[in-house]
Amino acid sequence: MPATRLTIPADPLSVRDGLRHLIALPPLCDLPAETRITAEIVLAEALNNIVEHAYAQGRGQIEVQVSHAPPGILCQIADDGQPMPEVGVPQGLLPSIDRQGDLPEGGFGWYLIRTMTEGLDYQRIGGRNLLSFRINDG
Amino acid sequence: MNLLAETRGDMLIIQSLEDRIDAACAIQFKDRMRELTQGDAPRVVLDLTRVAFLDSSGLGAVVAVLKALGPARKLELAGLSPSVQKVFRLTRMDSVFVIHDQVPVALRNAG
Repeated sequence: MPATRLTIPADPLSVRDGLRHLIALPPLCDLPAETRITAEIVLAEALNNIVEHAYAQGRGQIEVQVSHAPPGILCQIADDGQPMPEVGVPQGLLPSIDRQGDLPEGGFGWYLIRTMTEGLDYQRIGGRNLLSFRINDG
Repeated sequence: MNLLAETRGDMLIIQSLEDRIDAACAIQFKDRMRELTQGDAPRVVLDLTRVAFLDSSGLGAVVAVLKALGPARKLELAGLSPSVQKVFRLTRMDSVFVIHDQVPVALRNAG
């Protein structure tokens, strides 16, 4: 089964473009609609995190590989940006909606990633960030 | 940021002509929405029928718009696609907004 590998410049418009390509290619294009929706959301969050934090909106490239991993897909994302802080992948707790207080405008990204993926893994090897996760059907 | 505003009855309806509200345009969306909602229409309906995709940046921008309207005004959402619904549902932000399948029909006599 073919994997798709794409290198995406680290800016939001290129991430949009890259996502569009990834969705149109296998294995994403062969997924059930619901799983494809999940994959697009998760990949958007992960890639935009890299643009925002790993490269702090500076220049860089992001390598994305998406492969078949029944019952879903395996995504592997690599970048040469700054490492995640010592604690590793953010816990991704859902910002609380306190009606009397201030509604949260941010902090949803990692929650969405954690909620919709399995086997989330982060490694820092040879000056590169390596993030991988699976998205399963159903 | 392509947004179309129209007053219908008691509603200010703002339709997104963009098909994505995401990290690439969330700030422009928020700024444009604030311009369009500068009046005091008590009920603002954001028509997202054409929006196929909205990420956490887009969600944050919609929340920012809600907060900028202030406590006396309402922000309602209409026409959420399955993908957009998923983001609002998972984050529980669907409990914060009134969400319509379609833009509500305007009352003939407003006020």
